[in-house]
Order: sequence, then structure tokens, then C-alpha cells
Amino acid sequence: MHDLSPLWPLAGGALIGIAAGVLLLFNGRIAGISDLAAKATGLADEGFRLPGLVFVIGLIGGAFVASTLIRKPEIVLSGSTLQIVVAGLLVGFGARLGSGCTSGHGVCGMARLSRRSIAATMIFMGTAFVTVFVTRHVFGGM
Amino acid sequence: MRLLVSLISGLLFGIGLTISDMINPARVTGFLDLAGAWDPSAAFVFAGALTFSGLAFFLAKRRSAPLLDDRFHFTAKARIDRPLVIGSILFGLGWGLSGFCPGPVLAALTSFQGNVAIFALAMFAGMTIFRFLPARNVVKDDN
Repeated sequence: MHDLSPLWPLAGGALIGIAAGVLLLFNGRIAGISDLAAKATGLADEGFRLPGLVFVIGLIGGAFVASTLIRKPEIVLSGSTLQIVVAGLLVGFGARLGSGCTSGHGVCGMARLSRRSIAATMIFMGTAFVTVFVTRHVFGGM
Repeated sequence: MRLLVSLISGLLFGIGLTISDMINPARVTGFLDLAGAWDPSAAFVFAGALTFSGLAFFLAKRRSAPLLDDRFHFTAKARIDRPLVIGSILFGLGWGLSGFCPGPVLAALTSFQGNVAIFALAMFAGMTIFRFLPARNVVKDDN
């Protein structure tokens, strides 16, 4: 994997922040992808919500447009099928139980200075750091 | 109108995830690998994102309502409760094991890679399990 000039992450991050800002200032909503994905698929407690589906379609569309016209990314997902399935289950279940993920808690909740989001972000970041450490440096490269 | 905003917001978000390379789980695990060849990219992504989301919430606090709705839709929850803590741990585990979280994996579906689709399906399965857990007190969040 090649080194990446910090300009790309900064610019991409800015767009993410602007996207969240747009959804907030116009629609008054938090850009939390786990919540929006649940609404898009009818898995939210309130069921299916069309704005969620429209957002997800936009997200996938934006990714397609960007990878075609701006920058084609390498997408490298390693691990056995079992590991991928377990990770997916944990991410899906955990985000719903924890009321959010990196976008909802990390980008929006923290910007809002929400205690819950600051706590959630610290907890999932810390857990993720430890998980990578254990799988790569204790069990040798999972 | 609000649907158009949802679409535009999603588009910007998807473009951002792609050009920042957060769509690439290996880039994210590089950031999470503090003891290894550390990749700071995700830190720059958060910095860029929080700059603008921070500005947006600063502006929002000064308003009683957003532009296209009669109120802001924030959770009423304030306590750091057990579901938040446990959910965040589980999420962090899954994120650390893969480098994927909901936004990036949806964006990465555009690569048509089978293992990405498997992760996405498993993620939705995890959400489904949560949705239909028996004895879950569904406290209606006035959101």
C-alpha cells in the first residue's frame, strides 16, 4: 500500500464534515451511517425511512463517481471469511447497541460536544487500537 | 427538498470517504496499528471532518430550527449507559478486526469485491439480530 499525501485525507475529511454540516443545517439530522443504513433497510426501530435510503444511494453513488473520475482507490480487506463475518456482525450489532459509529459519534457527536459520543468514541477507538495490537503483534498478523 | 439534501449529503460523504481512502480498510487498520508502521491518514480525515462538522454545530446552536424542518432531531439520551459502553466495545472489536465500519463498507461495495459484500451482509445481519433481540426495552427515542 502506497503512502498517501495528507492532502487527500484532509480534503476527503473536509467533504465528510461538510456533508454532515449540510444534513444538520438543512434537515436538522445527524449523519450517522449506522442509523441511516438501518433506516434504509427497514432495520431501525422506526422501520424504513426514505431519507435514509436516499442518503445511502447518494453515498454509494458518490463513491462510484469519485472512484471513476477523481481517484481509484485500492480496497484491501484481509482476513479469513470467518474473521470477516465475525467482524461484520460485531460492527453491525455494536453500532446499533451503542447508538452510533465513527460518523454518528465520532464526526457528529463529538462536534456537538456530546458526553455520550465522546465516551463512545474513546471506547471504540481504544478497543480498536488494542484489537489491532493483539491480532498483529501478539498473535502475529491476523 | 429534504430528500434532495439527503442525496447531496450522501454524495459528498461518499466522495469524501473515497478520496480520503477511508474506503480502504487497510488504510484504516494502518492508523489503528500504533505499534507497527503507523499511518496517520485517518487522523487527518478526522481533523478535516471535525473542522467542518464543528463549525456546523456551532452555527446550529445559534438557531432554534434547521432551514428545512421545524426542529433539530437529536437524541434525548444524556447518560453514558451500559448499552453505549458495550456497543462501543463490540463495534471497536469488529472495526479493529477488519478496518471497516458502516460508511466505508457501503462505499466499498462499488468495488464489487466478494469479501466486501460478505462483510456488508454480516453487518446487516448484526443489525437484524439487534433489531429482533427479545426482551429489548425499546425506549422510544424522541428523535
